[in-house]
Amino acid sequence: MIESSLKQLSAALAARQVSAVELAGEFLARAKQYNGELNAYITLDEQKTLSEAHDADVRRADGTAGPLTGIPVAHKDIFCQEGWLTTCGSKMLGNFVSPYSAHVIEQCRAAGLVTLGRTNMDEFAMGSSNENSAFGPVKNPWDKNAVPGGSSGGSAVAVAARLAPIATGTDTGGSIRQPAAFCGVTGIKPTYGVVSRFGMIAYASSLDQGGPFAKSAEDCALLLNVMAGFDERDATSLQREREDYSRDLERPLAGLRIGLPREYFADGLAGDVAAAIDAAIAEYKKLGAQIVEVSLPNTRLAIPSYYVIAPAEASSNLSRFDGVRYGHRAADFDGLVGMYEQTRAEGFGWEVKRRILTGTYVLSHGYYDAYYLQAQKIRRIIANDFQAAFRDCDLIAGPVAPTTAWNLGEKSDDPVAMYLADIYTLGVNLAGLPGMSVPAGFGADGRPVGLQLIGNYFDEARLLNAAHRFQQATDWHLKAPAL
Amino acid sequence: MKWEVVIGLEVHTQLTTSSKIFSPASTAFGAEPNTQTAVVDIALPGALPVMNRAAVDKAIQFGLAIGARVNRKSVFARKNYFYPDLPKGYQISQFELPIVEGGQIAINVDGVEKVINLTRAHLEEDAGKSLHGDYHGATGIDLNRAGTPLLEIVSEPEMRSAAEAVAYAKALYSLVTWIGICDGNMQEGSFRCDVNVSVRPEGQAEFGTRREIKNLNSFRFIEQAIRAEVQWQIETIEDGGKIEQATVLFDPDTGETRMMRSKEDAHDYRYFPDPDLPPLVIDEDWIERVRNALPELPHDMQQRFERQYGIPAYDAVTLTASKALAGYYEATVAAGADAKLASNWIMGDISATLNREEQDITACPVSAAALAALIGRIADKTINNKTAKDVLKKMWESGDSTDAIIERDGLKQESDSGAIEAIVLEVIAANPKSVEEYRAGKEKALNSLVGQVMKASRGKADPAVALELLKQKLA
Repeated sequence: MIESSLKQLSAALAARQVSAVELAGEFLARAKQYNGELNAYITLDEQKTLSEAHDADVRRADGTAGPLTGIPVAHKDIFCQEGWLTTCGSKMLGNFVSPYSAHVIEQCRAAGLVTLGRTNMDEFAMGSSNENSAFGPVKNPWDKNAVPGGSSGGSAVAVAARLAPIATGTDTGGSIRQPAAFCGVTGIKPTYGVVSRFGMIAYASSLDQGGPFAKSAEDCALLLNVMAGFDERDATSLQREREDYSRDLERPLAGLRIGLPREYFADGLAGDVAAAIDAAIAEYKKLGAQIVEVSLPNTRLAIPSYYVIAPAEASSNLSRFDGVRYGHRAADFDGLVGMYEQTRAEGFGWEVKRRILTGTYVLSHGYYDAYYLQAQKIRRIIANDFQAAFRDCDLIAGPVAPTTAWNLGEKSDDPVAMYLADIYTLGVNLAGLPGMSVPAGFGADGRPVGLQLIGNYFDEARLLNAAHRFQQATDWHLKAPAL
Repeated sequence: MKWEVVIGLEVHTQLTTSSKIFSPASTAFGAEPNTQTAVVDIALPGALPVMNRAAVDKAIQFGLAIGARVNRKSVFARKNYFYPDLPKGYQISQFELPIVEGGQIAINVDGVEKVINLTRAHLEEDAGKSLHGDYHGATGIDLNRAGTPLLEIVSEPEMRSAAEAVAYAKALYSLVTWIGICDGNMQEGSFRCDVNVSVRPEGQAEFGTRREIKNLNSFRFIEQAIRAEVQWQIETIEDGGKIEQATVLFDPDTGETRMMRSKEDAHDYRYFPDPDLPPLVIDEDWIERVRNALPELPHDMQQRFERQYGIPAYDAVTLTASKALAGYYEATVAAGADAKLASNWIMGDISATLNREEQDITACPVSAAALAALIGRIADKTINNKTAKDVLKKMWESGDSTDAIIERDGLKQESDSGAIEAIVLEVIAANPKSVEEYRAGKEKALNSLVGQVMKASRGKADPAVALELLKQKLA
């Protein structure tokens, strides 16, 4: 069952070839077997999972089931889930059992998806390697010396290692697309506002967006159908008609104009990654797509812009973690200020502290105009660049990351080198566009390469269509790592 | 040296919405600590604010009532600082683009009218409360108040005395309670003032350095605090000292202001637009909807009272001091009372008694209809004015009607000249001295004789008839 698509699992559940309890049991067994070495899950709770699976079987029996009822899902530990430990990868929330559920969780539960567990992540979603988790790094199943990418590394690995058929994630600067690429799975970050942020622990509010991981574009479409939807509890949630993201999967690609931004293929792109992307582009030509060159001239500026805006918002978003009401509180402290200082010194890891300090600095009196306002201007320019490019093409294609997954520890002491690796993903978040990562082969080191597809606003169905047709013609997405 | 005082006010008014400004939790006062808190108010991870449109309605009402500009687009910003009763570590407020800009409030000090210009009014959320009670040496936090909607109303520094500042605060108070956006309960903190005070030598153009007196919640304290602060500033300068910008607190027990924090300790609040809340966009329809629901404003009502009821301007101003008082007046007239008599009685005996009892018109035990009945009995000469005062007192105490009291106590005025004539003759016989004086040309002696007739009739005689008869008999 572990290689089955959601359609196959749905059919098997409907035909009573397998029960939800059996299905959950099979994935739980794998998760328990391999989590020790991969560290993909922070929390596994067999009893809770089986209880949810049992409920799903009841729904299957009494006729109240939907098509996905009984299918297991792994949730990134950033979505608050009632009754579950919700740590966000931080010691600060190491003891936090959420009293309420995120909109994404509510929708998954309403669809009858069964929670397999809570996946590891970079602390508060800050990181590109999953080495910043307070619960230890996640290992890449293709090569356990390699990072899985971040921040949703646990979710990417859970799907790649077949410890879950599907998983939820969030993407603030590439946190779905980059780990999907590093782990050889499919992931999509929707248009900002499509998935509610209610109950999704905020890193950078204007950039954060939830989305699915799966083995295929088709499965991503089905999970996105569950995750998306208007939510009045999130003022940035967009009030739009519900749509079926799988509706256009089979549409032929003849005439589709795919734009290649020349800046995404310039210096800094590793040769083996470039070769894999070129091969994927050649495949699209065979499928009838037209390839055009476009330009995103301010691509390089996305890095400084992002690393001002995201820390600025984070420095404020993370102020609530003060030890007063929940979460970690230092055992020993002197006075109120001492409590704050000691609690936050102990509760946050280095990368989180670095970004809080950066964010506090750029918002400070006298620096706001030079940094924050300037970064917002660049943000608008970058969004305009994308709109200019979309006048000449329907989709943009390129690499997700300049290299395949690097080694654990390789960039830990060089945060700037790590930031630079986000160059192809940040612009999509700054502009609020949808983007996805599709498995496109392997690098010289045998580690996966991801093809990035970027669409215009609300073009998720078209992105998934392009990815699906590619996956019909190739088998990169079917490759699984040997454990 | 002669000093000029410069004062500006920042007033926090709690808006009367049933739920909080960014959460569905109730705003009711006095519940058990931390029982009126949604995930947003505790600032749980992942909680998000959503604008309560009812709070926006009230801000628009205020803007329209003071003739201000209601901005079609305003922006919420985060004001960042750490404090235990500020659960998110930031307050959602408005900074660069507030919802209301400009506008005016008229004040009246000792009969002199002055117009105070307003700078702005912006929406923001209240903080929770720190409870320093018996918590085994710890501090308790109650987040029930966290997220209560506030409209912070900022004036220009245009007041020049404590009296003007108090008049402004009172006028503002009267307006926000009149239009119903604030319940005006100052004890519960629904109307709190921060007062910026500076002094400068008379004739100097530049302002002096100001100090801000925080959180005054009574008009008396505003007056006392300003007087104390002004005196302190003048003495400090005259003693060769310099005023440093600071935030101070007023201690009602000592009557002094004391430093809370200096400029050096001032927070850098790191304001930036709140990414959780899109800009607040208000279209013409929204403004028109609010405008149509706006009650008649005090100034318009005064003019209408003068026109409609033919009462003097002084009466109209007094009667429109509150919406409830104006309503009481209109109900009294509507129940048939003469407009001027009704005004006299309400501004006179009714207000005096309420003042003595420290009550307002809403607590008046004599209904408008009952007062109208009393006035009717004066007009139809059933009782005279003096008796009416006693009847009102009895109505106040017993709740009985005018007619029941007149009947029970036999107070019906005697207008029959036959019955009064007998009393007049007795009085003339019993007061030869007064009679003599009157005949000698002392008109005042006649008043004394009328008084004797009234006394002998136990107040029931119609004094006009008594006077007429006395004049006849002594002619």
